[in-house]
Parts: sequence; C-alpha cells; structure tokens
Amino acid sequence: MARVLINVPRSAKRGDIITIRTLIQHTMETGYRPNAQGEVVPRDIIRRFTCSYDGAVIFSAELSPAIAANPFLSFTTVATRSGTVTMTWEGDNGFAQTETRPIEVT
Amino acid sequence: MIVPTRRLLLAAPALLLLPRQADATPEAMAEAVRGFTGGAPVTPGRVALDISPLVENGNTVPLSVIVESPMTEEDHVRAIAVFNERNPQPHVITAQLGPRAGRALLSTHIRLATSQTLLAVAALSDGSFWSDRAQVVVTLAACIEG
Amino acid sequence: MRRTLALLLLALPASAQDRRSGFEDMARETQAMQRDDMQNPGMLWVAEGEERFNRDCTSCHTEASMRGVAARYPAWDEATGAPIDLAGRISACVERHQRATPPARESQALLALTAYVAHQSRGLPISRPTDPRLAPALAQGRALYGERRGQLDLSCVQCHDDNAGRRLAGSVIPQAHPTGYPLYRLEWQGLGSLQRRLRGCMTGVRSEPFAYGAAEYVALEIFLNDRAAGMAIETPAVRP
Repeated sequence: MARVLINVPRSAKRGDIITIRTLIQHTMETGYRPNAQGEVVPRDIIRRFTCSYDGAVIFSAELSPAIAANPFLSFTTVATRSGTVTMTWEGDNGFAQTETRPIEVT
Repeated sequence: MIVPTRRLLLAAPALLLLPRQADATPEAMAEAVRGFTGGAPVTPGRVALDISPLVENGNTVPLSVIVESPMTEEDHVRAIAVFNERNPQPHVITAQLGPRAGRALLSTHIRLATSQTLLAVAALSDGSFWSDRAQVVVTLAACIEG
Repeated sequence: MRRTLALLLLALPASAQDRRSGFEDMARETQAMQRDDMQNPGMLWVAEGEERFNRDCTSCHTEASMRGVAARYPAWDEATGAPIDLAGRISACVERHQRATPPARESQALLALTAYVAHQSRGLPISRPTDPRLAPALAQGRALYGERRGQLDLSCVQCHDDNAGRRLAGSVIPQAHPTGYPLYRLEWQGLGSLQRRLRGCMTGVRSEPFAYGAAEYVALEIFLNDRAAGMAIETPAVRP
C-alpha cells in the first residue's frame, strides 16, 4: 500500500464548497529515464484518479508522465450530505488503491 | 526544378505533424489539443493558468487552473486539460468535473523537461472551449547528482 | 598560505543575523510547498515514520519524548565511545534493543523514522554541541570543512562561506546550514539525508565520497550544527 495524505474537511455546512487535497507516494517513473546501466526504466505511473461522493463521481483525472513524483491533486466539491468520500488511484503494473474519508454535513 | 521544390515545401508542415518519439513539439501539442476538443475552435479567455514564470527545478512544479464559471447544471466546466510543447509527451493532465465541483479548479504538481509554453484548455457545457497559456523558464541547478 | 587564508575565514564568526536557511533562497513556490504539510511530499515519509514508530518503538518511547531529540544530535554514544548521528542512533536502537537487523542507511524505513523523529523538533533551535567528548569530532569536522579536496580542489568554505549568496549557474549558493534533514529534494524526487547531500557535494568537486555512516560525516554534521546552533529545525524541508 502506498502512503497517502488526504485532506477532506471532517464537517461542512450543506452547500459549502469544500477543497479536497491528496498526496500519494509514487515514483511516477516516466519511461524515458535511463538507469545506471543505460537501459530505459519502464514506465510506471498512476494513470487515473477518481473521487466519488454522495452517489456519483465528482472528479476524475487522467495523468501523464508529466505529473510529478508523489502526485498531488487538489479540487473542490459542494457538500451535499453526510457520507463517505471515496478516492481511487489506478496505474501501471496493476497499481490500485482506494481510500475513504467520512464527512459530516449539517 | 521548381515543381519538386514546391512539393517539398508543401510537405514540410505535414512532416512535422508526424508523431515523434520522446519529443513533443508545438505541433504535437496542437494535435493533442485537437484530440481534446475534437477540432472545435479554442478561444483565449475565462481560464487562468497559474504557474511560476521562473522554475528552479522542473521535477515538481506547482500548477493551478481556475475557470470562470457559475458551475450550474446549465452552465459549467466539463473538463480541464493541460498541455505542454517540450516534454517527451504533450499531454499533462485531463480532469473531468461538473456542477457538483462548485468551482472549476484544479491544482497539481507537474514536471517540465525544459523552458516552454504551457496551455490549459477548458471544455464548457455549451460545447465551447477556452484557454490560457503560460511561458515558463526552467533554470538548471548547478550542483546535481550523477 | 592557502591554509592560512582558510583558517582566517573560519575564524570569522557568522553572527545570527548573517545566517540564513536555504529556505530563504528558494522560490516562493518552493517555500509554499514546504510550509503546506499537504503539499510537502516529505510528509509522506513522516507519516510512514509515525506508523513505524507507533508499531515498533512505543514500548520504550512516547511521541512527546521525541520532542527536542533531533536538536541534540549528533550526540555521544556510550556503547561505542564515539559520536553518533540521529539515523545511527535509530539503527543502533533497532539492533541493540529490538534485536532486529538495523535498517540500512538511506533506506526508506530509516529515512521515514529519522524524518518522523526530527519532525517532532520542527521549530526548535539546533543545540550547540557542548558535550566535551564531542570536541575532537567538532575539530575534525571544522578541519574537513576547510580542506580542499577532489579534482576541482575545492573546500566547503570556498562555496558556502566565501561565495554563499552568489550564484553558481542559476542557483543561489546556500550557506549550508543543515536545518531541514532528512529533506525532500526536488532533484532527488524523494527524501534524503544530510549524508546524501554531503556525498553529492563531494562527487560535485570530483572527490571520492566517504561511505555512508562514516565517522567523517558525523564530524562534519557536528561542526555544521555548531555553525548553525540556534537556527530552527525545518524537517522535512523542501529544497530544489
């Protein structure tokens, strides 16, 4: 499991625009870099990020090797109801990780 | 011989459009943008691409895109894409969003191989496309390992 | 003559006002990345270190007891009768008290634990190494700092004292205060130790670097801490 830092507000007022921020430990190997032996290191990146909340995907992104190592993403959503925010990262070599955070909406 | 020369000149732009390995070009970027817009016209405006004009290390460069939009069911940003012209590949990131985002905003950290122009394009719910571009100078560190 | 000059330069005490962390010389964007724990990738290592600490270390230690520890290292190690740096102390702890294989220098596990422990001292001033048993190592560190080495025949002094604040190509030459280690270097795209940084400097002047864990690095760190005493710890710092 890759180390992940996630910032989702624990609570919010209905209708508030909240910011979700994520940082995940991943080399994002570009596939263009030679190793010490001069061989190109095969690409190994996170290709897709998805965030779901209150019954729908509210944000998703396709990443290229131009995304920095340890990818950082920040985006917003409207607080609608109490529940779970689900975030999934998928990538090369079968990389798949899902994290959830609760949110209380009043 | 005049005719062959002219033929060669006419062929030149087409040659530049051919995909090149491990090297994006302004033409490759334009092609990638066409892939995102489906060839629809892109108008400068409404989009603010925020990135430092002078970058001290291209490995991790903070970048934000904000699009002016009410983000309602009727009028919102569907997607934001970022392109570059001098990395090995022209595509950086494409994000899908909608009215539930509240704001049309995306922040991330990107890689820049060298000094170049970046382009952010927003796809709106009415089918229009808007953009902003930024020139970035990447300085090279004097003391690097390796 | 050359040596006399170097010694003279070393004799000039840098006043507290003159000293600046490499943080001050960074672009605003890189400073913002360090300040914001959600954007500072070094915090991923701190989080891993916290998990390891809570799993492996809490039989003896508490999180609160770790505050201020990093500010006092390198310190004297009774068991070996030699100075030891923080990463060395953590390794020794694993070996002596947990009877486990100590993590290798620069391994993810050791960097994570060191970053976590050092992070508990963030904002605290670096202590002056006053233990008299450290005096010989401090003197050795000072000598190493002033010694020309490598094919470029350069000492630390020539860049980091004589020309600090000026530019080498596009980069500002920092004063070389070890305030933020282990730190996330954008060039490394990962976390690294002060020893890794010193190795980078040594290969930069085309000299043979000491092996990881060498006593020379600990001596240099003691001298650098003496020079930076009172400056605030930033771990995990971000540097270009």
